[in-house]
Amino acid sequence: MTLRSSAGRPSQLFRNLNSKVALIPMMLVALVVFLGGTIWTVVYSFTRSGLLPRLSFVGLDQYERLWAAPRWIISIQNLAIYGILSLIFSLVIGFVLAALMDQKIRFENTFRTIFLYPFALSFIVTGLVWQWILNPEFGVQSIVRSLGWSTFEFDPLYNSDIVIYGILIAGLWQGTGLVMCLMLAGLRGIDEDIWKASRVDGIPMWKTYVLIIIPMMRPVFITTLVLIASGIVKVYDLVVAQTSGGPGIASEVPAKYVYDYMFQAQNLGQGFAASTMMLLTVAIIIIPWAYLEFGGKKRG
Amino acid sequence: MANISTLNSTAAGFDAVSPQVAGPSGRKPRKVLSRRNIILYGLLIVAALYYLLPLYVMIVTSMKGMPEIRMGNIFSPPLEITFEPWAKAWASACTGLNCDGLSRGFWNSVRILVPSVLVSIAVASVSGYALANWRFKGSELFFSILIVGAFIPYQVMIYPIVIILRELGIYGTLTGLVIVHTIFGMPILTLLFRNYFTSLPEELFKAARIDGAGFWQIYFRIMLPMALPIFVVAMILQVTGIWNDFLFGVVFTRPDSYPMTVQLNNIVNSVQGVKEYNVNMAATLLTGAVPLIVYFVSGRLFVRGIAAGAVKG
Repeated sequence: MTLRSSAGRPSQLFRNLNSKVALIPMMLVALVVFLGGTIWTVVYSFTRSGLLPRLSFVGLDQYERLWAAPRWIISIQNLAIYGILSLIFSLVIGFVLAALMDQKIRFENTFRTIFLYPFALSFIVTGLVWQWILNPEFGVQSIVRSLGWSTFEFDPLYNSDIVIYGILIAGLWQGTGLVMCLMLAGLRGIDEDIWKASRVDGIPMWKTYVLIIIPMMRPVFITTLVLIASGIVKVYDLVVAQTSGGPGIASEVPAKYVYDYMFQAQNLGQGFAASTMMLLTVAIIIIPWAYLEFGGKKRG
Repeated sequence: MANISTLNSTAAGFDAVSPQVAGPSGRKPRKVLSRRNIILYGLLIVAALYYLLPLYVMIVTSMKGMPEIRMGNIFSPPLEITFEPWAKAWASACTGLNCDGLSRGFWNSVRILVPSVLVSIAVASVSGYALANWRFKGSELFFSILIVGAFIPYQVMIYPIVIILRELGIYGTLTGLVIVHTIFGMPILTLLFRNYFTSLPEELFKAARIDGAGFWQIYFRIMLPMALPIFVVAMILQVTGIWNDFLFGVVFTRPDSYPMTVQLNNIVNSVQGVKEYNVNMAATLLTGAVPLIVYFVSGRLFVRGIAAGAVKG
């Protein structure tokens, strides 16, 4: 057997030929689009590309202009506020819901279906529904006022100071169901004996959660964290649908900056520089995680 | 008897506070209306109401007439049920100069969805199969690049893809968009299929090899029939994902072939004309209907799909 394969085959290249042919699309995507495209964008972010990409290098000019642009600064601030708050809230809400669901309740499937259905909807639909609910003339604000509290003010979509929280409410509504599902899967993976042991020792339930269960679920938390975080960086459709970046530029986000500069302002260099910054943000989140997760042991 | 024992185990699960150790006969069955149950179900019901509220608001708003919307509040049920907003959203709402409603976007989305789902799943299932059973030197490296690529923001790769498609002469066409969906669906779908095929017993593959079956024969005769559940999961993932896509629709199609999400956004957020909130909500519901139906019909498979597809973020 070994003899035949070493002497009989003419070339290493034609071994598994069918498999190589079948994987051509995947290899092209990995090399040309993912690797090549990323390098291309990073390289062109150092050029003076305007309407069309061209290779005349200007060093870090694009980045200096980027960080001097008020719109970009606001985008980054919004992303930071939205990102940190939605990480905290979706982890907390997701975990609490999962813990409640894990109490061997009745109608578990019904509750799960209800908590998760927003995740099936697109960000566009989510954004438009919440735009309507938060409408100050007809929505929550007007209803609370009509109940007698006439000075009540809650108009996040028209108030540039709090507009990002309006988007946060919609984003949490759409995404916490998924977090709940991941957490529930994690909780179901915990050995029943742990619960029995803590009960024998008379440890209160909340303490068992905080001191034993949550530390045991560290991998689930980290994976969820990475998934939410890399989704947050990409947030785009939600803002487009809910506020179109307004009022003014108060709810701009980096992904929208990239799109607008690439396809509307015809200022490609800015678009490339901004998207490279997005890549950098994701890298800062992903690399430590990948290192923790896969460092040391080999993948495969 | 069975009933009592389940109740006991339910109670035993949570009464960690009590120091008593249950005797051999078990504790007495809990009452349904215990304090713990009231708090537990109370919290769950409040949360459920919050999640259901927007769907409810969408439905009632879409069935009211405009005068009623201006008068009443958004949570009150319609006094007079009307389906006119639905008809208008479907057939005559305006985006710019076109006034043929969302139906155009719906059919565009269908035209995008069907080939995109088929092509992306076909390519990814073959790739996953090759990666699981026919490894060669370097195949794992390509796979790693692909998985890392799943985390790269789309915005980084969009422009190079525009250039590639333009060079190929298919920028702005349906073919181009199908290719884009295939590319970005590839990491997660390939992972899904690769893991599934790896989990199948190896003897199956070896036996087929000894019987003289080749690459494609094993794929079509053995792997494909065995992988039907995972094909359904992949399909759910892709149907909802592609239907809900907005960014690729905007970037890679021309206005007359915009998918439904893009057209919906244009209808609702158009600055001209009087805002017709009932038509807007009907249009929103219509756009959300396809993924919602997929979700409610598929149930547990959807959960399985998103657990795997969460990477897509």
